[in-house]
Amino acid sequence: MSTAAAELDAAIRIQGLVTRIGGHILHDHIDLDVMRGEILAVVGSSGSGKSVLLRSIVGLQQPAGGRIEVLGHELDTLYGDALVDLQVRWGVLFQDGALFGDQTVAQNVQTPLREHADLPQRLMDEIASVRLSMVGLPPDAAGKYPSELSGGMRKRAGLARALTLDPELLFLDEPTAGLDPISAAEFDVLVRELQQSLRLTVFMVTHDLGTLRATSDRIAVLVDQKLKVGTIASLAQDPHPWIHEYFAGFRAMTQP
Amino acid sequence: MDAPVLSNAAWYRTEQSDGTFRLVVGGGWVRGEARRLDPILRALDVGQHRNVEVDCGAIERLDTVGAWLLLRTKRTLEQRGVAVRPVHVDPKYHALVHTIDHECRGPPVVLPPRPSLFTTLERIGRGCFQAVRQGYELVGFFGLIVYETIATILRPRRLRVAALVHQMEETGLNATPIVGLLSFLIGVVFAYQGSDQLRRFGAEVFTVNLLGVGVLRELGGLMAAIIAAGRSGSAFAAQIGTMKLSEEIDAIQVTGFNVVEVLILPRLLGIMLTLPLLTFFSNMMGLIGGAATCNLDLGITIPAFLHQLQGAVSGWTFWVGVVKAPVFAFIIGLVGCHHGFQAERNASSVGRHTTQAVVESIFLVIAADAVFSVVFSKLGI
Repeated sequence: MSTAAAELDAAIRIQGLVTRIGGHILHDHIDLDVMRGEILAVVGSSGSGKSVLLRSIVGLQQPAGGRIEVLGHELDTLYGDALVDLQVRWGVLFQDGALFGDQTVAQNVQTPLREHADLPQRLMDEIASVRLSMVGLPPDAAGKYPSELSGGMRKRAGLARALTLDPELLFLDEPTAGLDPISAAEFDVLVRELQQSLRLTVFMVTHDLGTLRATSDRIAVLVDQKLKVGTIASLAQDPHPWIHEYFAGFRAMTQP
Repeated sequence: MDAPVLSNAAWYRTEQSDGTFRLVVGGGWVRGEARRLDPILRALDVGQHRNVEVDCGAIERLDTVGAWLLLRTKRTLEQRGVAVRPVHVDPKYHALVHTIDHECRGPPVVLPPRPSLFTTLERIGRGCFQAVRQGYELVGFFGLIVYETIATILRPRRLRVAALVHQMEETGLNATPIVGLLSFLIGVVFAYQGSDQLRRFGAEVFTVNLLGVGVLRELGGLMAAIIAAGRSGSAFAAQIGTMKLSEEIDAIQVTGFNVVEVLILPRLLGIMLTLPLLTFFSNMMGLIGGAATCNLDLGITIPAFLHQLQGAVSGWTFWVGVVKAPVFAFIIGLVGCHHGFQAERNASSVGRHTTQAVVESIFLVIAADAVFSVVFSKLGI
């Protein structure tokens, strides 16, 4: 497949996904294509299953029905080395960073390299330092433990770890939740810049209207167990009450 | 100098012409190739040349590691006063190279020191200091518990009865199957080994004396205490440590609850009330195991066993074993809860403190048992 064709291809293809948790249906036959090179944001009320959708795509949650294809592979059919080969092509930033508590930030960033590549320690130290400055962490953060970092720094460190293996696909679970508006805006800019320079496809779950405006190419709204996909402009016209109310805040923000 | 040209493998060659040193690179400059490329590029020698051209035209794939290798080479040469000019860089790599080049201009990231003799000595020193501080803090914790216990005795309504009953069920009732089984087996083993030795003197019947004194004075109580330390001491440390991790302890504190009253006293009193009962149960199961062995192996009938036992043990033998149980229970509860509170806010710390709680409480239980033995023998009991 040529590069040009790959660019047009879908990085994630979800068809008829059904998710049931404790007898409760969270996703009712939803379809979604995430195109290569775009940033797609999923919004929805608390408990609507946004994070579960992300977890289903990366294989942490078994769907009750439907197909999920990631980077051209159906996750269900993969095991062993084939699964690992797919897993090194994506990076996931969990809500609170999910850093390994007994490792320093530098070691956290090096862990994927240590597992999946055979590099001299000196080079790994250099790569860790490149990654950390890329996500805007101060130099002295490298030797610190996650418990010594603020929430925003933990997210940046988690992002550095997610990016370590040069993924094609980046998953962000509420990247700006718990950050002050200034840090959140900085994080949005960072994600946008890295997405462009590293040519990433980004799938993110968020609540943050600022993040939506600053970063997303398309938005998928999860309401009534279904997905509605569109842009900010098209979704603002949607008659559904929840969507209407959600984007009403948006109209207030954008009005002069 | 020529390197073999393989498709997708990273290759490079060097040329020299018109006073310019040319480094031509191509193939896949990705992390899989870095182990091979890293030392070569570190040792790259451009001789007396002041101008270096890096020709990137043949690069097929480039990731952060590969881009960093080239950028690092460029910077190293520039520091030596060599002018470096990258040429034929594919526009699709511009953004990546720019990001790395732009972002990483700051001072190099400070990395933690590698292990050395000095850091080893430092660790030993820290360990010793830690052990002393541990003891100091345990004494402080002991004081706090005693104070709160007295306060609770003075105002009994402060005692959380529901929590206490729950803890008694957890630490006492739920431990009976495993305590019973293990004590029964210890009784069996003890009777077998004892009868083997005593048979040489034709004194098999004294197996009963050995069993009675051994189980009632020492083994029953120790078995129960060691199992309680493994089951309940570890549970205390892990529960409280995890509660600390998820800020539940903080929530209890700011809501105006007394942490000691809510979390520690029910656990401590629960295990202190149930361990004597567990010890009694353990004693009985040990004797039953011994009696079964005596019956099947030595042919001592149950009435004969009981008769012999009556002659061998006095009330004191039994009470010496049981009276130690609340002390053991106090040690287990204190150490378990203390380690729970000491855990830091990460998963491995909770695990480490749980292990330490079990090891320390078993150590202290056996040490206390030794002290009891000396005291009882001085008292002539």
